[in-house]
Amino acid sequence: MKTICFYFQIHQPFRLKRYRFFDIGRDHYYYDDFNNEEIIKEIARKSYIPANNAILEMIKSSEKQFKVAFSISGVALEQLEIYVPEFIDSMKELVATGCVEFLAETYSHSLSSLKDPEEFERQVKMHSDKIKALFGQTPTVFRNTELIYSDDLSEQISYMGFKGVITEGAKHILGWKSPNYVYESATNPNLKILLKNYKFSDDICFNFSKYNWSEYPLTADKFINWISTLPESERVVNLFMNYEVLGSMQPAGTGIFDFFKALPRFAKEKSINFMTPSQIIDNYQSVGVFSVTHPISWADEERDTSAWLGNTLQKEACDRLYSIGERVRLCKDRRILQDWDYLQSSDHFYYMSTKRKSDGAMHQLFSPYDSPYEAFTNYMNVLSDFIIRVQQQYPSSIENEELNALLTTIQNQGEAIQKLEDKITRMKDASKIKEKEKEAKPA
Amino acid sequence: MKALMFGWEFPPHILGGLGTASYGLTKGMAMNGDMDITFVIPKPFGDEDKSFANIIGATNTPIVYKDVDWDMVERRFGYCMNPQEYFDLRKHIYADFSYLHTNDMGCIEFSGKYPDNLLEEINNYSIVAGVIARKEQYDVIHSHDWLTYPAGIHAKQISGKPLVIHVHATDFDRSRGNVNPQVFAIEKNGMDYADHIITVSNLTRKTVIEKYGVDPAKVTTVHNAVEPMSQEILNMAASRGTDEKVVTFLGRITMQKGPEYFVEAAAKVLQKAKNVRFVMAGSGDMMNEMIRLAARRNIADKFHFTGFLRGNAVYEMLKVSDVYVMPSVSEPFGISPLEAMQVGVPTIISKQSGCAEILHHAIKVDYWDIDAMADAMYSIITYPSLYRYLKEEGKTEVDEIKWEYAGKKVIDIYKRLTGL
Repeated sequence: MKTICFYFQIHQPFRLKRYRFFDIGRDHYYYDDFNNEEIIKEIARKSYIPANNAILEMIKSSEKQFKVAFSISGVALEQLEIYVPEFIDSMKELVATGCVEFLAETYSHSLSSLKDPEEFERQVKMHSDKIKALFGQTPTVFRNTELIYSDDLSEQISYMGFKGVITEGAKHILGWKSPNYVYESATNPNLKILLKNYKFSDDICFNFSKYNWSEYPLTADKFINWISTLPESERVVNLFMNYEVLGSMQPAGTGIFDFFKALPRFAKEKSINFMTPSQIIDNYQSVGVFSVTHPISWADEERDTSAWLGNTLQKEACDRLYSIGERVRLCKDRRILQDWDYLQSSDHFYYMSTKRKSDGAMHQLFSPYDSPYEAFTNYMNVLSDFIIRVQQQYPSSIENEELNALLTTIQNQGEAIQKLEDKITRMKDASKIKEKEKEAKPA
Repeated sequence: MKALMFGWEFPPHILGGLGTASYGLTKGMAMNGDMDITFVIPKPFGDEDKSFANIIGATNTPIVYKDVDWDMVERRFGYCMNPQEYFDLRKHIYADFSYLHTNDMGCIEFSGKYPDNLLEEINNYSIVAGVIARKEQYDVIHSHDWLTYPAGIHAKQISGKPLVIHVHATDFDRSRGNVNPQVFAIEKNGMDYADHIITVSNLTRKTVIEKYGVDPAKVTTVHNAVEPMSQEILNMAASRGTDEKVVTFLGRITMQKGPEYFVEAAAKVLQKAKNVRFVMAGSGDMMNEMIRLAARRNIADKFHFTGFLRGNAVYEMLKVSDVYVMPSVSEPFGISPLEAMQVGVPTIISKQSGCAEILHHAIKVDYWDIDAMADAMYSIITYPSLYRYLKEEGKTEVDEIKWEYAGKKVIDIYKRLTGL
């Protein structure tokens, strides 16, 4: 008996508009609404909505045997709510079947896990709350931005109460080991790890429509056969990919939807079943420790964090952003907090990559900018304005700790005043009643 | 393989980028080995580097027979040529040119510059080329830029060897489209006679194909490179008087170089940033207009003109700069940004310049997009990591752009043409 675990990622950042340095201090709206709306509507039309329909059909035709997990970033959900509300409805319909699980991640698909533990926790909690509010589920399995993972991180993840985490089956970490087992974290044996099978995942993501691939065309029959002929003991196959694979990276014309729809039937023939990540974690034992000293991810050839923090530009931009994190969290201004979330999206740093060759082409493909320098310049201009706004909130001469103490005092005093005022009103009311009673007596 | 090259300038006596480029290319070809190059220039000064090419001066080549003795030649031309060569050349005088104005050596005197009677000088140059082409032995002829095309054609007609012309610029670049019909005719004629055309960028290649109607198969791009900077220049100490940032424009102040966009962008940056000064180094026919423009924009106190810079002053200027800007409207290649990158200065170039095709670690903007240009200037002087990144990566990148590789490409073209 083998198990396939499907998990799809949906993320779209709030792309920034062209923001020149002379806008700093004058213009506080940073987003390219036109472009964002255009992109999310297009991708939803081509991919998300037809894919949802296909999955619903698969669940129904397999009599709820087909299971799937999603991870949708908070910023993507916000855009979908604004521009494609029908997608949220169709997602709710999927959730109602009981075959869908949501995974936790950072709200803005951010790099906070690498830079700012406190912010990381805030973002994850914010995301879980959003999922709970929209779909009524509380995620129990965590997946970080672009599957970034390391031992240091696992400690915090288990501390936050997750029972499992998903990451890349990076070849340089796995070595001779197979990704087709459940592993456990090096820091906490109770935190189980699911690893992406990059071979099978990439066959669907990238090779599916490649005419010059030796296995072209890929059929559901063939694919399930490959999985069923894996060694007896390798029982879990994790297929993790972007949701855009269905319909956009592999356009409908390639037959990707029919491929997916045929999977449950062939899987049943070979008695392969489907599970969500949390079911796998409940049903399978860990076979060993998966230890990662330097962070890994599923991006680029290197499978590390160099896609976002590879050059000095990216590092400076990211460091500058998180250098004001503590101060931002003291702010109450709703718009500042919102911009803070949007500016953290890892995509902004992805666009600044100066890699060349095939990875560089990938970065360029997604980037709304002509060059990494333009991406950096634009982001830094926006960030400069944002930092000015944050600093205007409270005088910069006061240290964060002192400020925090002052704010607590103010809040406590405010609460005390509120209490006293309530008391006064109550007493006034009481005395009025007494007076009324007095007035009433002589009469 | 032997090549006969015609050029107009040769270092150290240069007036523009043409001399630097033809020198670098020749040297790069020699580095590949097995090349024997004879380089003809109008007027040698005797202090040219002859280690990799045999230099012949048109001004030392007799076209009218004069009965002079060895001592006389030694005395007159000894500073730049072996008298034996004079006598060898004299054997190949092919017609009676006594109606032309020649000196007591039977030679036409060339200025080697760009005088008012340039067309006459070009014509004389091709007459002299006839003598040299008869005397020399070579497999291929190579003409650098339009001034030497007639000479190249003449040599081809004499020897029947293949002609390669090297387009360093076209008149469309120099005039923003208002071409001089005489210059156009010379260029077009050269391209028609050429067996192969080498352009310094794809941008120029496109101009050659579209504006001159040349068969694309006949045109190849060989990007220019840059000479490694001498240690002496790299070690040169540069000190500046202020701790303000310096943004520099360096080049001829002419229509082609787009100086007005630099001034406008400077005005934008100065609205926001106070710790910055702008320098426009060089001279040209638009200089006075630029001074007036800077005054009109009220930035004259932060905007400086240096006038024409000579010799090492150019590198001193670069070394005190934090940003180098080349907003050229149309630049066939543009070697100066590469030099700026060699001394570690972050560079902004226009997308309309040929060097943008090979540079990755420079910021590229449209020459007319002064907002983008101002933004790029502001970012480099404001965000230290961008400055450092462009400085370091730019230097690494430009150190790999070598004439040796360009020379190899040219030799490959020779081989294809000659079948050797």
